[in-house]
Amino acid sequence: MAPKDSDDIPRMHHPLEIPKLKCGAMEDSAPYPASPAHQASVGFPEELLPDWKERALAKMKDLAEKNRAFKVYLDACVKCGACTDKCHYFLGTGDPKNMPVARQDLLRSVYRRYFTFAGKYFPKLVGARDLTEEVLDEWYSYYHQCSQCRRCSVFCPYGIDTAEISMAAREIMDVVGKGQKYCNEIIGKVHVVGNNLGLQEKALRATLEDLEEEIEEDTGVSVRLPLDEKGADILLITPSADFFAEPHIEGLIGYAKVFHEAGVSWTISSHASEAANFGLFIGSYENMRKVSLRIRKAAQDLGVKRIIFGECGHAWRVAYSFLNTLAGPWDFLDPKYPVPQHILEFTWDQIQRGNLKLDKSQNDHIRLTYHDSCNVARASGMGDQPGGQFEIPRNVIRAVCNHFYDMDRDTIRESTFCCGGGGGLLTDELMDLRTKGAAPRMTALQQVTEEHGVTHMAAICAICKTQFSKVMPKFGYDMESIVSVHQLVSNAIVLTGQGGAEDEDGEEDAA
Amino acid sequence: MSYQVNGHTIEHDEEGYITTLSDWSKELADEIAKVENIDMTEEHWAVVNFLRDYYDEYQIAPAVRVLIKAIKKEMGPEKGNNKYMYELFPYGPAKQACKIAGLPKPTGCV
Repeated sequence: MAPKDSDDIPRMHHPLEIPKLKCGAMEDSAPYPASPAHQASVGFPEELLPDWKERALAKMKDLAEKNRAFKVYLDACVKCGACTDKCHYFLGTGDPKNMPVARQDLLRSVYRRYFTFAGKYFPKLVGARDLTEEVLDEWYSYYHQCSQCRRCSVFCPYGIDTAEISMAAREIMDVVGKGQKYCNEIIGKVHVVGNNLGLQEKALRATLEDLEEEIEEDTGVSVRLPLDEKGADILLITPSADFFAEPHIEGLIGYAKVFHEAGVSWTISSHASEAANFGLFIGSYENMRKVSLRIRKAAQDLGVKRIIFGECGHAWRVAYSFLNTLAGPWDFLDPKYPVPQHILEFTWDQIQRGNLKLDKSQNDHIRLTYHDSCNVARASGMGDQPGGQFEIPRNVIRAVCNHFYDMDRDTIRESTFCCGGGGGLLTDELMDLRTKGAAPRMTALQQVTEEHGVTHMAAICAICKTQFSKVMPKFGYDMESIVSVHQLVSNAIVLTGQGGAEDEDGEEDAA
Repeated sequence: MSYQVNGHTIEHDEEGYITTLSDWSKELADEIAKVENIDMTEEHWAVVNFLRDYYDEYQIAPAVRVLIKAIKKEMGPEKGNNKYMYELFPYGPAKQACKIAGLPKPTGCV
């Protein structure tokens, strides 16, 4: 029952190397199904309904009518092939059904059969096929081999976004009673407890107090991590992994130090103790909205003036692109600040104002590269300049780190590779897929290790961090080689009143 | 899907986590460890016992660094570190040790 190790970790010579085709190589890959209780907790049928086929087609019709993008994506593909070698799962597995066009066609073929003239009367001529239980199982397998990272959409001349099709497919499966355990169990937990982990207020408080003690022991300075403090200016919404996992917690310590030095009042909320919003991954607007409304309630109850998001990739997509329609209007917040803000925008602003004292040499043991997280890179922005989502994290990194080297240009920024665990696939039973899907990114990393002696990679997404800490050891790196950007900030920051560094000649521990 | 202990059948989920937490016993822990290819030593038990105590108090497993801090206090810095925890539990102290301790699997981006 221990997760099976990948027996054939792909060894690539170049991150973009096109593999030999291996038909059907991943046809047995599928995540655990949601239990009846998990399904019910997110408002879906407990098991596959007897009339699932009719309902699936009705849902597809409904989506095509209401969501113009979805219909255009299904209609517009001309099979040019530009996307075929752009998916990390295809590059890592060689399974041709992981080519984005083939993945889209799993659904498009059924759409054509039932909703287009040619497909209704001449199905064979246009690649249309009947919806059968085998097709449904194929959807379940291959729509859970897409991390919705949108790399393929960058290269599609029509801008077809496979992520949208994959989200729609998962939604169709959910409404007929064929949901995925990992996502649905977690969303159900958020609705009840307020975060993916199921971390209750008492445990959260104890964790934060523990971190306060730790920072004081390390620096001699009392830095607070406040919880549920009414009247604070800033509400921090961060992934619950920041309260639990490594290197995520190091990032949280970094946010706290930045807030401390900036002299602002801030708080975490036990009601909305999660930035992640897995409603996005399953294409469920209702679940996405319900999760987002917790943030609205927390902001109102605590009377904050601004909302800042911590390091979480897809959360930033949801926040940046949809928060206003999901949970707005935000007219009760201070109009001087954008809603929401990213912690990196805040930190970069503080650095530019000269409010942070930074000792870059504290990161001299690290030769760093940076992994652009897919949802930040391709589905959001940062700051007020185009491309800010690429520049601001790098600006902050360069301000705190002396040795920084970017990876191959075709694997970063808007062309970044997914970590291999995004989009609701960060679950142990998919470890084989996750390892293979990480191969292009790992190969790009190995290149900068060879060329520049890179030892560490930074990321700003909880999923990326966990995924890399699990798969990097399979590619010859230490699990601690993945770091949070605010972990680097935390290392470099010299708190006011902190001994050591260039202040006096006291030891680090001096108060 | 079940473990057999002293003639009792104890149900578990697809990943081997027991479904009824009150079914746990030391004998069951030994049985789960066997399936996971782990020989339970004194150090393994120290981790399992800490996890269970923490869960009693907080209804969740502790963060890995909290666990490591506690083990460090009890057994010293050679054992209270991340690397050693992964030597004890190759699939991760959070998940594999929780399974043996009879606690639910930590969910989310962890």
